This record gives sequence, structure tokens and C-alpha cells, in this order.
Amino acid sequence: MQFVHLHTCFLNRKAYKFFLTMKLTTLLLLAGCAIVSAKGFSQEVSINEKNVPVEKVFKEIRRQTGYTFVYTESLLRKAKKVSLTINNVPVETALDSCLHNQPLSYSILNQMVVIKVKDSQAQHSAAVPVSITGRIIDDQGEPLVGATIAEKGTTNGVATDENGNFTITVSGENTVLVISYVGYQNKEVVAGTQTNLTVQLMQLAQSLNEVVVIGYGTTTKGEVTGSIATISSKDFQKGVMTTPEQLIAGKIAGVSVTSNSGSPGAGSTIRIRGGASLNASNDPLIVIDGVPLTNTNIYGTSNPLNLINPNDIATFTVLKDASATAIYGSRASNGVILITTKKGKSGKPVFNFSTQLSVSRLIKQADVLTADEFRNYVDSVGTDEFQALMGDASTNWQDEIYKTAVGTDNNLSVSGSLKNTPYRISAGYLNQDGILNTDNLQRFSGGISVSPMLLDEHLKIDVNLKGAINDTRFANGAAVSNAAYFDPTQPVHADTPFGGYYEWYSVDAATGDVTLNKLAPRNPVALLDLYKNTSTVMRSYGNVQADYKFHFLPELRANLNLGYDVASGKGNIEVPAYAAQNYLDTGQHNQYSNQVNNTVVEFYLNYNKTFESIKSNINATGGYGYYNNLSTLDNYPYIRANGDTVPGSIPEFMFDQPQNRLLSFYGRLIYTYNSKYIVAASIRSDGSSRFSPDNRWGVFPSVAFTWRINQESFLINSKTLSDLKLRLSYGVTGNQDGIANYPYLGVYSTSDNSSMVQFGNTFYHMGTPAAYDAKIKWEQTATFNAGADYGFLDNRISGSIDVYFKKTKDLLNTIPIPAGSNFSSSILTNVGNIENKGVELAINLNPVRTNDISWDVNFNLAYNNSKITKLTATEDSTYAGTLVGGVQINSVGYSPYSFYVYHQQYDESGKPVEGVYVDVNEDGIINQNDLYRYQSPNPKYILGFSTQFSIKKWSLGTTIRANLDNYMYNGLATGASQSNMFNPLGYLANTLSEITESNFYYGQQNSDYFVQNASFLKMDNLTLTYDFGRIMNEKVGLRVSANCQNVFTVTQYTGIDPEIYSGLDYSLYPRPQIYSLNVNVQF
Amino acid sequence: MKQATTILKSSAMIAIVFFCACSKTLDLQPLNSNTSDKQYSTPEGYKEVLAKVYGSFSLVSSNGVAVSDINLAGITDAATTDFVRAYWNLQELTTDEDICAWNDVNLQSFHNLNWTSNNVLIAALYSRSLFQITVCNEFIRESTDEKLSSRNITGSDAENIRHYQAEARFIRAYQYWVLMDLFANPPFVTEDDPIGAYIPPQIERKDLFNYIESELMSMEAQLVLPMQNEYGRADQAAAWSLLARMYLNAEVYTGTPRYADAINYSEKVINAGFGLMPHYANLFMSDNNLNNPEIILPVAYDATNSQNYGGTTFLICSAHGTNAEDNKNAGIPGGGWLGNRSTKNLPLVFGDYSGDADKRAMFGMGTLEISNVLNFNEGLGVNKFSNVTSTGSTPYSPNGVLVSTDFPLFRLAEIYLIYIESVKRGGGGSESTALDYFNKLRERGYENSTGNVSSFTLTDVLNERQRELYWEGFRRTDLIRYDLFTSASYVWPWKAGASQGTGVDSHYQLFPSPSTDIISNTNLKQNPGY
Repeated sequence: MQFVHLHTCFLNRKAYKFFLTMKLTTLLLLAGCAIVSAKGFSQEVSINEKNVPVEKVFKEIRRQTGYTFVYTESLLRKAKKVSLTINNVPVETALDSCLHNQPLSYSILNQMVVIKVKDSQAQHSAAVPVSITGRIIDDQGEPLVGATIAEKGTTNGVATDENGNFTITVSGENTVLVISYVGYQNKEVVAGTQTNLTVQLMQLAQSLNEVVVIGYGTTTKGEVTGSIATISSKDFQKGVMTTPEQLIAGKIAGVSVTSNSGSPGAGSTIRIRGGASLNASNDPLIVIDGVPLTNTNIYGTSNPLNLINPNDIATFTVLKDASATAIYGSRASNGVILITTKKGKSGKPVFNFSTQLSVSRLIKQADVLTADEFRNYVDSVGTDEFQALMGDASTNWQDEIYKTAVGTDNNLSVSGSLKNTPYRISAGYLNQDGILNTDNLQRFSGGISVSPMLLDEHLKIDVNLKGAINDTRFANGAAVSNAAYFDPTQPVHADTPFGGYYEWYSVDAATGDVTLNKLAPRNPVALLDLYKNTSTVMRSYGNVQADYKFHFLPELRANLNLGYDVASGKGNIEVPAYAAQNYLDTGQHNQYSNQVNNTVVEFYLNYNKTFESIKSNINATGGYGYYNNLSTLDNYPYIRANGDTVPGSIPEFMFDQPQNRLLSFYGRLIYTYNSKYIVAASIRSDGSSRFSPDNRWGVFPSVAFTWRINQESFLINSKTLSDLKLRLSYGVTGNQDGIANYPYLGVYSTSDNSSMVQFGNTFYHMGTPAAYDAKIKWEQTATFNAGADYGFLDNRISGSIDVYFKKTKDLLNTIPIPAGSNFSSSILTNVGNIENKGVELAINLNPVRTNDISWDVNFNLAYNNSKITKLTATEDSTYAGTLVGGVQINSVGYSPYSFYVYHQQYDESGKPVEGVYVDVNEDGIINQNDLYRYQSPNPKYILGFSTQFSIKKWSLGTTIRANLDNYMYNGLATGASQSNMFNPLGYLANTLSEITESNFYYGQQNSDYFVQNASFLKMDNLTLTYDFGRIMNEKVGLRVSANCQNVFTVTQYTGIDPEIYSGLDYSLYPRPQIYSLNVNVQF
Repeated sequence: MKQATTILKSSAMIAIVFFCACSKTLDLQPLNSNTSDKQYSTPEGYKEVLAKVYGSFSLVSSNGVAVSDINLAGITDAATTDFVRAYWNLQELTTDEDICAWNDVNLQSFHNLNWTSNNVLIAALYSRSLFQITVCNEFIRESTDEKLSSRNITGSDAENIRHYQAEARFIRAYQYWVLMDLFANPPFVTEDDPIGAYIPPQIERKDLFNYIESELMSMEAQLVLPMQNEYGRADQAAAWSLLARMYLNAEVYTGTPRYADAINYSEKVINAGFGLMPHYANLFMSDNNLNNPEIILPVAYDATNSQNYGGTTFLICSAHGTNAEDNKNAGIPGGGWLGNRSTKNLPLVFGDYSGDADKRAMFGMGTLEISNVLNFNEGLGVNKFSNVTSTGSTPYSPNGVLVSTDFPLFRLAEIYLIYIESVKRGGGGSESTALDYFNKLRERGYENSTGNVSSFTLTDVLNERQRELYWEGFRRTDLIRYDLFTSASYVWPWKAGASQGTGVDSHYQLFPSPSTDIISNTNLKQNPGY
């Protein structure tokens, strides 16, 4: 087969469609700043060249006119060098001059020049002309508008219309049709007698001309200066995706996405190159269609992102190094994720309907004693008193609380263009049960996107509106651990005062008073059945973005972006008075609600011009941003099940309105010399309402240098090397997210109604001074990045490699302060340093690419090492560090959240000896000074592997991930002690079968025995797709796929699941295995 | 190009206008809070802050039971930062009066006498005391005569606030006494020091002694007369009581005995009009705020309005288990926490500990001997504190756990005992008055004169203190004064982790400055041995 090297000037696929359907000026506006070399188009050409390859002339014509050239490398090798001196002539004249006496001819289709071999024989063919109609579609089955169908060896050719259809009359049945489209692999088919031909073109593996979204603009993949990775919808994770961030899990080197639980819609912990902070947020900034989202909590949802329908998302772009992120200044230290949503396409309305049915099931239960094992254990170890407590039932509590859950996800969209105004309207309905009984999420979502052109097409307006309503019932998560601990010899139901559920309680023989055994495990089934927490959450976000190209100065654009993100969450918790879970409070009838109201105003000017005389392009941007984040938190008293208000719980204030604002000024200059050397510099100054006027403004600069080595003359004609680019960048970013709103202000607040002080017979509210740090300011991260992007063999092998060093100083760090110096014992202040070093490697392979078979392989690897290098204002070797929770510590010289435990001693048989630990500091006493730092939950290596194999209409894909060198504290197993089983409170509790190994009498919570290697390899999904193509008279496209998620996990870790971000495994809502069937119809 | 320049210029102008207009928009204020000027603009505002001065030792925070003013890493239960609970842990868990079944390293190290500077329960008390001192400093700063007149607060309002200010100085002096007793050389901050980036100096124990003494003497006149203040607030007798207590221990603190001064100040209290509560048990019941002639200064709790899982809720709930009857009798139908009970030394100091003779012996369920520290059912329970009223009813509690019993910080019986011991230690006074006071306490305990004695030794005084004051937070200080705390000459079951008890190095007589403060306060020197 022949490898076709397509040279086009700048167009991505979408822009190209416009190219053929709209006027040139329209195109220019749309392509915006992506167009680097195509400014100042005219229909006339001037060329003054001596003895140059014809390709050089083509490029020059392209640059001056915007015309695209399509040709194969091999064709040009037949051409001689040319010398031309022409002034202001039409394109055709220029081409005629250039190809005069060459073995080449050309044809022009709209603004596309197709170069071909001059062939006189074709005209002598005796064949009977035939007319062929057909349709060209992409690998998603969507029509390709403006694809070229050319009769091979002739100048005869047509382009597809707005529905992808074409009609061509060719010289005979044996004619070969060459079908081409920018960014896609050419295809040749024999005309034959087919009058209704459907040809599918496959996208090229990597196109250097692919448009990449960057902050406040776009660029092409070839000219990107930072460490950026883009994933588009065809490469997303497949299957049941209730929340958007899951789409990219395992897909990008250095980006880890760890779902927080197996509950539908549960959030995830997203980390880009490890965390840069200790106490401020480590979440990346997420920007959807130019609207930065805040991490404001919305009541009634476990994850604000699950109000975004993943089906509306077109691309994820992850900005990793400072060159890419610094334009986002103070919110960029943890990386930036830019999300674009699907937009309208030109042409008649195309309806797309997809429906998915899924079945989820529990794959692994916590390894607890079965009823029989429990009986044996109690009989052999327990006293008579405890043996007598056992019941006759054999209950597997985990069977009782989990179920096989069914879910559906339905999405309908229509996109097209109305009077040259592209639009897309979408609606979605998701109904997903959790595998934990009673857990359910329903989402109704809708979206509208319209992109009209006004003012003689100088003004482009983009309107994106999205909204969703989630109705959720939250299961009581406490059921998970209680199912592990509840006595398996007891029945689910019994004649008790607790709604007929078995519970541990006693009755006073004399009075008949019932006393619930407070600390005993609760009946897990009752925890679910009697707990009704339902919420309705509405969220809408969107923006209007106006992009105006000045009439008198087309190089200058003004862009105004007005965005909003509003939400309202509310819900109720109902627990009957008789329920054991709220027995002491006699049930609850509580409500909660809040509202979020965030607004964004951004304005920037962009100036982009190429100066031919100095072979330079300048792309300058300067802008302003205003971000207001306001939420309203309603306060309610506690209400008992019978409607009574709990005394003392009436709130002092009906609501609170936390608010913060950010003001920003930013600028960026990208200078490109000779398409080879790119210097990019940006600066952003942010002012935050969180800091005092003296410390409010932070400045965040970056500079980057990029060398496109493959553009050098010694490589430009290389067949082997298709891309090679070196990148170097340095920048400073900031972080202020995830901290309180007013940390610098010394204010007094009034105490709650339950926190009053009695003087005489009156209770007084306390006027309470708040602790504050008047000097608190930005946390700053400096990032060095060196990277290379490479492509070989027509980009069939491509990828990138990056090395980075990130140093965060002035950490927003909660540290103990000198006692007596403030109204608190520790305070959030700027102390401490963290370093992250890492290497990222991405490889994309396209080993097979034929008409019928294609195979893609993507592999990524990230190594990251986080280390705290400074923690407190002063240093003292005796200071262990800042304890975090029970068994973790932040210490200088160690990874954040290292485990802080005793070193377990073992007997000769390898059994841990209870309470016997190593005297680590060898002072003869085993006390807190013998705790030591043992491993951390942070993986050293994160690997991702995706592959897709297609043969004709079948394709099979999978995503596999692995984390290496991450450790987990098996908190559930620490409960495996006899003192927990045989509780002096007079109840029995089940435990993990681990107890038969250790036989601990008391819980040894601080032993390193419970810290385990949790490295894992997971197959996230396996998808088989069959594409029927166009059916029903070519009117309908149909694709069916079957998917399995969470296919298998390989790990040594003994708990249910080795993947918990915190490294603490207490009661993870298990991630289910999901089987789904997806049908996609297009008409 | 000229046009472009014009555009850039005008954009810059727009940007500057934006900047100026919007910079102000970055000045945001929390909706439900006051600036200090607003807080102190009225007498009511002052009283609210006075409530925080007291609330700092009666509550864990201003925002309910689950959050704490003391937000130290490693503290997972806000209730452990409550003053009475944290103070009680250090004063009682380290002695023969209590042993706790909770399996937590920080807590068990008190019994084992092997705590380290990383012990968060020590840090909780240290930080609580200094937090309250900081609040007092702030109040004292804001209630000077100049500030009052600048805020146009005059007349009786100003007079009241002067009393408040003296009370804040008293509370500060009390907390400095706590720190002097437990840590010897704490950091020292007053109203003259700023809030924020300030590193307090360390003060020597004997300098602190002089400071507390001079403070108490100079504020005394500004305090309300004895028994004339609102319930829950300190009066002059409270200042005298603290002086008396401090003089009794002066030799420990400074090397110089001050028993004559102890006698002097205890007499002042005794003569101020306080009397013994007729029934000992009523002192520790949930209506002990009513008709109580004995309590000089309480820490007041209320199950509804002043909720706290430290304080007396801790003392009562941790002393009971799962026996419904027992819990009901203690006024906590919501159930006990299975923690604290006594080592046998405590009941045995009564001889007959049934309570039939000396009614002060109020022991509950459990065994005398303890083979397993972590078994709540071993060791006699202590029923001294109760949430039942003197008339036998149980007051309202939202969950049957929170209690309304007040904790006596100073009461007359202790003042008698200070007088008695000071006389015995040669401070002067009257032997016969001392004997009279001694028998007064025993008569109240026995509710008749069968327990009366005709003479007593210094050791008898210590034992009488234990019988009278057990579980009220005195024991460690008393044992140190008698040099019995760390030495092997007096042991109790599980002292220093040994089942029969054993001695430890004397450096455990002082607690270490918490490592968190050693690291953040570069002026601090750690106590020897840590």
C-alpha cells in the first residue's frame, strides 16, 4: 500500500468543512488564532523564487491565498525545481506557471488544489461513462462534508455536500476513485457499477495540524509550546460513565483519576503530577468551554461534576507544565483541564440517539467469617457468656445489602446548521441504581449550543447553555462496614422495637425499658431501609462568547466571555424514631439546602500577524478576568421524626453567604521564527479577596522555548521522522483554592445556640474572636519542564516524553503556631516546601492501518516522587511532623501522608506478636518515639494502556491501568481483634477472617502489619463494537457495542479494592463490575 | 498600526478603570461576623466576649460539640480538648484515683508514666490553657478605660466592664497557675503582646509565681465582693482561693514555703460567708447550681444550652457502662462510655468503702482488683458525679448523655483542707481550728459525728484530701507535694504499667512542653528528661 502524505496548511477537520461551505472570510474568523500562516488572504499571488522545489511554491500560494494543497510526496519527486517571478496574478495563473513543463497537472475544487499526474491516456479510454452516487463518512459514522472524490489520474473530481453525499460521473467501471479528506487517510475504491457507495475514512493517527485548545485561544499540535495532552471522544473510556472525569482515567501520562467510591455519580480524586499542596486544594482547575468551574460544594450531591453529562463532552485537554498553565495564574498549580463540549456542525440536522442498558454487580466481598466459621471461632475462643449470645441464623450480611443493579443512559442530540448558524441541542436521561440497596441516581440533562456569525462575519458568537437536574437517593454508607462487622448468626428480621430488624439491645425486666447497645454494630439492612436521604440538585452553567475581528484591523480580535455557573441543591433526611441508627435522637426529619451563584467576565484582545520579511509570526494576547463565587448556605434546626425541634439546635442565623472573588490581568506573547523556533511567554496577575490588600496580588510568569527540529532543512524531507520537537519551559503558578474565604480578617462571630455560657440564670452567646493570619498569601509553585514530542513513519509511532521538577514554596499549610499567639492552636499560613519530580512517557502506535484492519495502541507511564522539604517555620530534629488523622504524618524528607506506625515484631512462625514492636530509637522504652514512617499511599509509577483493534465492522478495545509502589492501610482489618468480637458491652461482632492469622486480642491500629503493598493492575474496560454502517436505505447509521467495566484486578492487597486515594481502607463502597450494551442510531 | 496603537491605549485605559473600580470589590466581609469595633461598641457586646472568656473553659468551641478551639493535628475527638476533661486526664489518670479502659496510646501512657512530648492529650490541655489566656488578653486589651471612653461607654456600664476585666485577669491567672503546676515554665503572653506573628518568651516557674501573685493581688479590689456576683462568674473569694491553693504548693513551685500566706488567704475565704453543703452527694448532682453555699467558682454546664462532651458529661458517662439500671441511676439513660474507674487504693483509703459509714465513698459496679487495664468491669466504678438532681429526678437531656451538672473549680471544703494542712506544716494558724475544720468535713461525710477524730497527722491530711476531693482534679498536685507521685515509696496497681505498681524517674513530675510548641516557639526550652 501507499502511504499518503497529506500536506494541508492549517485546517482541522471541522474548520475544513466550513472551508468548503462558507466564504473565505467566515473561515478565517472561525479558525481564529489557530491560523498562524494564513493571514491577509487574497485571491492574487505574488511569487519571487529561484530554483526552489515546487512544494515551496505551493506553500507560498497557500500562505497568500489560504488555498489548500492535496498531493502525495511521491508525486512531487517527479517535479523539477522552478524559478518564478510573478506579481498579483490569479492562483490559476501561478499554478500554470509553476507546473509548466512538469509531469503534473492540477484541479481546483472550491479552495482546494489537487495536484496529480498529467495523464493523457485517460482521455483515450473507450469505456462507457458511469455516474456514481455515494456518501463519505468518518470513523464515527458521521458524514464528512467537503471530502474530495477524484477520478484517479484525471482532473475530474467533486466534493461531498453538507450531508456527505456526492455524485460523480467517471469514465468507466474500472476507474479508481481516490477519496481524500484533510486529517484522514486516503482511500481508493474501484468505481464498479455501484450507484450507492458508502466509503468510510479513517482518521490519521496524529495530525500535527490538529487544533489544540490552550488557555484563551487555540494552537496546532505542531506548534504547542507546553506539555499538553488531548483526548477526544473517540478515545474516552467506554461504558457506564456517570461523571465526566472518569472518561480520561488511565489515558494521559501523569494524570491520575481515582473514583472515590462505587456509588453512581461518585466523585473522583484527580491529580496531575501529584499534589502540589498540603492543606490547600490539590484539584486541577476545570474549564468548560471557557467557564472555569469552582470547587464549591453543592448540597445534595456527592460530586458537583456529575451534573455534567459526559455525553456532551467532545474533548479533554490537560495542561501540565507551567508554560501551558501559567496563563491561569493562581489557579494553575495543580494543572488545568480544559473541556470542550460538542458543537453544531454544518448541514442538515443530524439526529443521534444512543441508549445504554447496564447491569452492575458486586465482584468481591470483604473477607469476613462465614456464619459457620464464626460459630467455630466463638465456640473455640469465646466464653460461655459470649457463646450464649449467638443466634441460629446464617446470614451473609453483604448479600443482604448488595444487589445486582440496573441502569440506563439515554441521549438524544440533534446538530446541524440553520442559515449558516451551527447548533446542537442535546438531552439526556440517566437512571442508575447503585449496587448498595436503595442507592439511586437519576439525571435529566440538556444542552444548547449555537454559534451565529454576525456583522459581515466579523463577529462570531458562541452560546453554550447546559443544565441538569439530579434526583438522588443516597444509601447510608455506614451499611458497608456494619455488614462486615454484624454477627452472621443473627437474622435480618426479629421481633424488636426497632422496626422489626434485629439489633443489639436489652430490656429492663422490671420496667420494660429498652436500652439500645449504643456501640454495637447496627443492622446493615435497617441502616439502608430506614434511612431515606433524597436530594434534588439543579445546576446550569454556560457562557456567551463574542469574538470580534476588527473591520479595519483584521489581525486584531476582541473576545468577550460572559459565563455563569449556578446551582441549587436541597434534600431531606428521614429516619423513623424507632430506627436504631437514630434511636437516641428519636429519628430525624431534617433538610438541607444551598445555592451557588458564580459568575465569570473575561475580555481579551488578540493580535496575530505574520511578518514575511522577517519570517516571523507574532501572536499576542492581553486580557482581564473577573470571577465572583458566591454561595448561600441555609441553616436549619435539627428536627426529630415526630416534627419536634431538637432544643438548642435552632440556628443563630438563617443562612450564611460565603463569597470570594478573583480579579485577573493576563498577557501572552508567542513569537515564531521561520516556523521552527517558538518562544512563548505569559504573565498573569491575580488579585484574591481571600488575602489582605497588602498581599492580595500575585504575579505568575512563564516562559517557554520550542524548537521544531523536523522543520529544519536537514529533516524536513525525512521519510522516517514526521515530527520532532523539543520543549523547555519554566513558570510560576499559584494556588489559593480550598482554603477559607476570609483567613486574613480578624473578626468576631456569635456562638451557636448549643454553645452558650450561663451567668446567673441567663445564657449568653459567646462573642468569639477568630484566628487569623493577616499576612497570608499565595502558595507558589515553580515548574521546570523539558520535553520532546516525536513522530516516526508518518506519525504511526508518536508520542512525547517529559521530565519535570515542581517546587511549591510558601505552602498553604496548617501548622501549629506558638501557643498564646493567636485564637487557635494551629493556623493556615504560608510555611513549607514540597517538591515533585517526575518523568512522563506517552507512546502511540498504529501498527496496522489498512482499509479493513486498523490497530491502535497507546501506552503511558508516569513516575512521580513527592517529598516534603520544609514543613515548619523553624526546624527541630525532634519534631516528628504533622499528624494527619490516625496513622499518617507529614514529615520533612518524606512523601506527604506517609504512614506513621510501629514496627511489628513476628514470632518464629511468622505470626505477628500482639503489642510487641521494635524499639526503633533504641532507648529501651516502647513509646510514641518509636513510631516510624513506613511507605505512603502515593504510587511511584502510574501506567496506562489502551488499545483498539478494528477489523471491518468489528472493533475491540480495552483500557488497562496500573499503579505501582502505593501502599494501603487496611483499616477494616484492624478491627479484626477478639476484643471487638467479644465485646464487654455484651454483643458479638463479626470480623475479617484475618483474625485467624493474627489472633490479636486488642486492635493493633498503629502496627505496620496493616500497611500493605497495594500495587495493582486493572482492566478498566473491554468493549466490542459492531458498526452496521448505513442501513435502511442508507438513511440510518447503526452501531452496537457491548462493554464490560472493571474486568479484573491483579493485586497482592488483601482488602476488597487496592485503589483508594487516601490510602486508608475503612469501608469503601465497592466498585461494581458493569456490563453494558449500547446502541447508537444516527439519522 | 496607528489604529492598533490607539486601540491598545484605550484598552489600557479601560483596564485601569476596571482595576480601580474592581480592586475595592476584593474587600469582602463574612456575612454573619463583626469587626472588633462593632463587637465592642455596646456593653452587651462586651458581655458576649466575657462569655467567651468563661466559655473557653466550659465549652470546646463556639460552634457546638464537634469542633474545637484547639485544632491540633492528631486530635480526632473535639471533646478531648475540653478544659476540665484535659486537666482531669493529666491530674487523675496519672494517679491512683483512676484507670481508664480506652485503648489509646496517648491515654494509656498516663497510667504507664511514660508519656512523651508528642502526646496530643498533653498538648490539648496546654493549648486550651493558653487559648483561654489569649482570649483573656484580648478582652483585657479591649476593656481599658481609654477604649471604654473612646467607645462612649460610661457610668455603670463602664463599672460592670471593669469587673469583667478583673475577671478576665483572674481567669488568666488561674490558667497560668495550671500551666505553672503542670509544665513549670510555659510561654508567657499578656495583653501587651500582639496577635499574629509573635513568638512568646518562656517564663521561669518562680517568676510566673510572682506574676500570678501580683496579678491576683492587684485585681482583687476590682472584682465583685464575695458571693455578690452572678452565678458562674468569679468574685474576690475566687482570687483568694487561688492564692491559698498556690501558697500551699509554693515550696514545690519556688522552693520557698508560704504556709502562713496560705492560712491568711484561706481564712479570708472561710470568713466570707460560704458554708458546707449539708449532703456531700448534692455537691455533684445536676442541680448543684441551686442553693449551694459551698461552691466558690463552678464551671457551668447545661445539656441544652452549654453542650460539651468533656466536663461533667465526660466524668459521668466515662464512669459508667452498659448496665441500664446503673446508667439511669446516674441520670444518663443514653448509656455510659466504659472508661474510668478506680484503682483499689482509692476505695481502700476509706477503709469501709461501702458508703454506709462515710457517705463520701460513692463506688459502683466492678471488682476491687484489676488484672486487665482495658477491662472496664475490673476496678470499682465511681458514682461521685451524677446527672440526677437532689430530689431524684433526671433533667432534660437531648440524648440522655449530655448532662447539666456543674463542676466545682473551687469549693469551701478545699479551703478548709488548705488551712488544715498549712497549720500542720507549720504555717501558724490554730491547731484547734484546724481540727475543727477536719471534723466538720468528716461529720458532713458521715452525716454524723462517728467519724470524728481527736488528732491527725500530715498523712491523714493527704488521705482526707483524697476522701474529700477525689476525682476533682487535685490528686497529682497533692502527691507531688507529698513526694509520692513518681517515687517507689507509694505505688498503686498499674502505676508505671506494672501490675503492682512501680516508681519512675522524677522528671515525670513535670509534663513536657508539647513538641508542637517546641517546634513553633523557638524561645522554649524543653523540661529536663524529655
